[in-house]
Amino acid sequence: MTTLLLNGAAAHIDAAPQTRLSAALRDACGLTGTKVGCDAGDCGACTVLLDGAQVCSCLVPLAQAEGRAVTTVEGLAATPQGAALQAAFHAAGAAQCGICTPGMLMAASDLLAHTPHPTEAEVQAALGGVLCRCTGYRAIIAAVLAAGTGARPSAAAVLAAGANALPLGAVGDALPRLDGLPKLDGTERFGADDAPADALWLRPIRSPHAHARFSIGDASHLPVRLLTAADVPGRNGFGIYPDIKDQAVFAEGLARYRGDCVAALVGERAAVESVRWEDLPITWQELPPLTAATAPDAAPLHPRWPDNILTTGRLRSGETAPPAAHTAQGHWTTGFVEHAYIEPEAGWAERHGETIHVHGCTQAPYMDRDEVAGVLGIPLDNVRIMPSACGGGFGGKLDVSFQPMVAVAAWLTGRPVRAVWSRGESLASSTKRHPASIHASAGCDAEGRLTSFEFEADYDTGAYASWGPTVAGRVPVHCMGPYRLPFVRSQARAVLTNNPPSGAFRGFGVPQAAIAQEMLWDQLADQAGLDRLEFRVLNALREGDVTNTSQKLEHSVGLVACLEALRPHWHALRAARRTTGRTRGGVGVACMWYGIGNTGMSNPSTMRLTLAPDGRLTFHNGAVDIGQGSTTVLAQIAAEALGLPVSALHLVLYDTGLTADAGKTSASRQTFVSGRAAQGAGEALRGEILRRANAGPDARLTLSDGRLRVNGEALRLDSTLEGLGSWDPPTVPLDADGQGIPYATYGFAAQLAALEVDMDLGTIHLQKIVAAHDVGRAINPMLVRGQVEGGIAQGIGLALMEEYLPGRTENLHDYLIPTIGDVPEIKTILVEAREPLGPFGAKGIGEPALVPTAPAILSAIRDATGATLRRVPALPHRVLEAIREHR
Amino acid sequence: MDAYLRPRSLDEALALLAATPGCQLLAGGTDVLPARAGAEVWLHADRRPLLDLSGITALAGIAETPDGWRIGALATWAQLCATPLPPAFDGLKQAARQVGGAQVQNRGTLLGNLCNASPAADGAPPLLALDARVELTGPAGARVLPLGEFLLGNRRTALAAGEIATALLLPRPPEGARGGFLKLGARSHLVISIAMVGGVLVLEEGVVRHARLAVGACAATAQRVPLAEAALLGAAPDPARLLPDHLAALTPIDDVRASAAYRRHASLVLLQRLVESLA
Repeated sequence: MTTLLLNGAAAHIDAAPQTRLSAALRDACGLTGTKVGCDAGDCGACTVLLDGAQVCSCLVPLAQAEGRAVTTVEGLAATPQGAALQAAFHAAGAAQCGICTPGMLMAASDLLAHTPHPTEAEVQAALGGVLCRCTGYRAIIAAVLAAGTGARPSAAAVLAAGANALPLGAVGDALPRLDGLPKLDGTERFGADDAPADALWLRPIRSPHAHARFSIGDASHLPVRLLTAADVPGRNGFGIYPDIKDQAVFAEGLARYRGDCVAALVGERAAVESVRWEDLPITWQELPPLTAATAPDAAPLHPRWPDNILTTGRLRSGETAPPAAHTAQGHWTTGFVEHAYIEPEAGWAERHGETIHVHGCTQAPYMDRDEVAGVLGIPLDNVRIMPSACGGGFGGKLDVSFQPMVAVAAWLTGRPVRAVWSRGESLASSTKRHPASIHASAGCDAEGRLTSFEFEADYDTGAYASWGPTVAGRVPVHCMGPYRLPFVRSQARAVLTNNPPSGAFRGFGVPQAAIAQEMLWDQLADQAGLDRLEFRVLNALREGDVTNTSQKLEHSVGLVACLEALRPHWHALRAARRTTGRTRGGVGVACMWYGIGNTGMSNPSTMRLTLAPDGRLTFHNGAVDIGQGSTTVLAQIAAEALGLPVSALHLVLYDTGLTADAGKTSASRQTFVSGRAAQGAGEALRGEILRRANAGPDARLTLSDGRLRVNGEALRLDSTLEGLGSWDPPTVPLDADGQGIPYATYGFAAQLAALEVDMDLGTIHLQKIVAAHDVGRAINPMLVRGQVEGGIAQGIGLALMEEYLPGRTENLHDYLIPTIGDVPEIKTILVEAREPLGPFGAKGIGEPALVPTAPAILSAIRDATGATLRRVPALPHRVLEAIREHR
Repeated sequence: MDAYLRPRSLDEALALLAATPGCQLLAGGTDVLPARAGAEVWLHADRRPLLDLSGITALAGIAETPDGWRIGALATWAQLCATPLPPAFDGLKQAARQVGGAQVQNRGTLLGNLCNASPAADGAPPLLALDARVELTGPAGARVLPLGEFLLGNRRTALAAGEIATALLLPRPPEGARGGFLKLGARSHLVISIAMVGGVLVLEEGVVRHARLAVGACAATAQRVPLAEAALLGAAPDPARLLPDHLAALTPIDDVRASAAYRRHASLVLLQRLVESLA
């Protein structure tokens, strides 16, 4: 028994003395506001105060807390700075998914207790030990600075103020998140936070080998049940595409990557955790692993793909290239990039008769439902997916992970079964961004007009298909970028290897392609004697242009407006840069376009609004908010279309048993597609109301005291009124030459990066990013800025530090993502070239934010040093090598 | 249940250590517990009993002694930063502010950092430059080793079975000594060093009279670089006096963070900049 002062009251904790304090707080005290992201002191999500000083509670044995004061996020509001911090985080949009927020708040409260008015540098030093993957940190810094300068209102007052600050929450308002408050006080429930106390634990057994045959012997000596392929009642396979279910829940005799799941232990937690590797009745026979270079000539990894080519995407546009005065070419390579959401995969399942309920973090509840029904061999209607809060996704929680396993285990045992991946397991098993090997060339005429672009790339799609076909589909149509090109030949192949499955990661292969495309433009601009930004203006797509898929862009092409908005910053930053000495300044520019929604495929969404006779107005929204803000944005759209304030809406959120299919949270589609559905739902309900009130289209609605009034007249209802909105963006599938209408609309953007390069060490110091994004219409400018800043932070990681190497970077101290000190000042400029198809003119922003950042950084490095980086991440030794080769 | 022992005195700890073969010593936990989490990922849980030293008050604190300073085995990076110390310790304090994040600095101990014996231990170069010695206490009493003799290799130290590293002993630096530290990593916080250097110089009328320079993450253990020190002694603190040959004894490796050749180059650049900053 350990006694400590927990949030101001004595607590007696009955747990083993070496128990990690984080585990004791969560499991023994029920204080799940303290999050576990790594158990290694690498992420800071578990930060609490120990005698007032911030510590990682995962690194404190419970016994060391004996007799000491421990403050968790649940006790924060009662501390002098706590409520002000929570209010400031809410107002600034400093919490997106919310998984790092408790750690950030605790670290910040330690700082403010000692330094009430900190500088930005002091904030960075104090919060440097907490990783955030969503926000890009700038809003967090702003929030801490604001809390340090502001008054100290009461906790209740400030938390209430956030929601009521903008009671209308109309389209265009920077409304704080509607789902924001639980993220600030520790009450939000993520995948690992709410399983029943009597749940069994499931622990996957994964291959430590990239490629190995294995056999599983008698497991009766184990203290728990060992589930294997033979236990899967339905189809032992899952995968993104309806016709490709190539990844087994439990592999059958052949492990195809390090991390491939071959079996699972299921039982009481202590018994599961007592099993050692050497206890397992598994024998392994290692095989030589296939790489992207060797796979096309090797024996097939899957019989279905004899040449190990999963798919090839192509685009042919133009018959012959006009003559070029200047040409450029190059080869670029990128590595695996890990999503590194701070919440590892977690969830649980429970059988209810012939129905299964699956809870946990996900981006795609309806796809999860299909997979679970498939592996259990039961009808879709017998599966209910009830997503928890999702602590970051970025594409990595589109594929199922724990869902089929816990479903099978719960189905067979009749007990609730839960699973929580460790950080190492999450890194080893989850999908990654595809590594790309790209050969590209381009030409322009003497005036700088582009004449041709040719692109050939192999994308390492890993051991299973996952989203590989999508990447191969998106890349050929995006890889020339948002430019007028009379001649394009592009091809992207997805190559199966014994690497982790490459899946969906913010941009689906486009960020890799954009690096090659934009680096070629810099070379051509120099040869043509043009300013690099003006070169892009000259060649930019404009309204009325026809793309290389033969799609005429009738509306909402804001790229030139983005570049023009950047122009004064470009000149100022260029003029200010240091061009001699040990550190040299450089400014880079890059553009991007991004098709919103699925590529040439249906991806509908349905939203529902109801008004009950008692005046209860309910918005049924099945779009999963993984931190990006769709819960708030879609409510703003629905309310605006209906003509009532957002505060009038009761929210029923994503649950396949309660909400209609809104599709997955991916492809930057929720604002555009589900937004349009939400607008439709709002308009439909308004139509119903006006019809019953016999009122004209401009009638004013009000709702108070449970009574809806139309132009001041109360509306009596006998039954519930419903407004349903469904929308599917109009597209035309691509033909074999990549011709068609792949997307109903595109986001456009241009970004500048200003940085300094240490010419003797090859280190990069980012100074500023200026980002201009055409979002059609910013439904909620604060949330849009949050997406831009977060995307930029991930682009910085891609450019400068992130590279996943199986077996070598399976933790967050060897796999580096940007910290609070690695994201410079960001200036975001929102361009609103209205999209008539979108809700109130809006398009998507999630992925566009990331795409131009890495190429802009590489462009700036070239500006500073003259050297062209051929490989990312641009680690210091690679930068120095490139500088030396250039000299 | 895995054994966990938390003695209240050094004698008790030594007795438990003798009676508990194969146990692992624990102080701040910032290296021991991450390693255990890493092993658990592949079901190789480390079941060694833990001998937690944190309850032994005699091992706490940083104290000035007639000869210098005694840094107890439980003294943390944060406590070091909060202790008034002469300018020779500035490099050690700079290292302290760059070990992990603030959470790790509040918990991690200087001595634990050395006992963990990572080639990239941030404490090692500045402590080598301060002529630190390590006090090891066993059943037969205490012995003291120079830090360079305590660090034997990657994850290897001279700590013998039955011994506990009880203190760091730092001699009083020469009059006028100033210390510095430079760390090179691929991000700004929470980063394992690609290379780092620590140094202490004494200048008299523009001439180097005392020089200690050490390089980390460029060999199995952090290393003093005597040829570089000798090149400075008796001359002006001119960074150009430091040459690649002075670092020939380093044995850097290629890993996920950098190439060996880069480390060799960068360590010289860092040393030159350190000398420049102390000149």
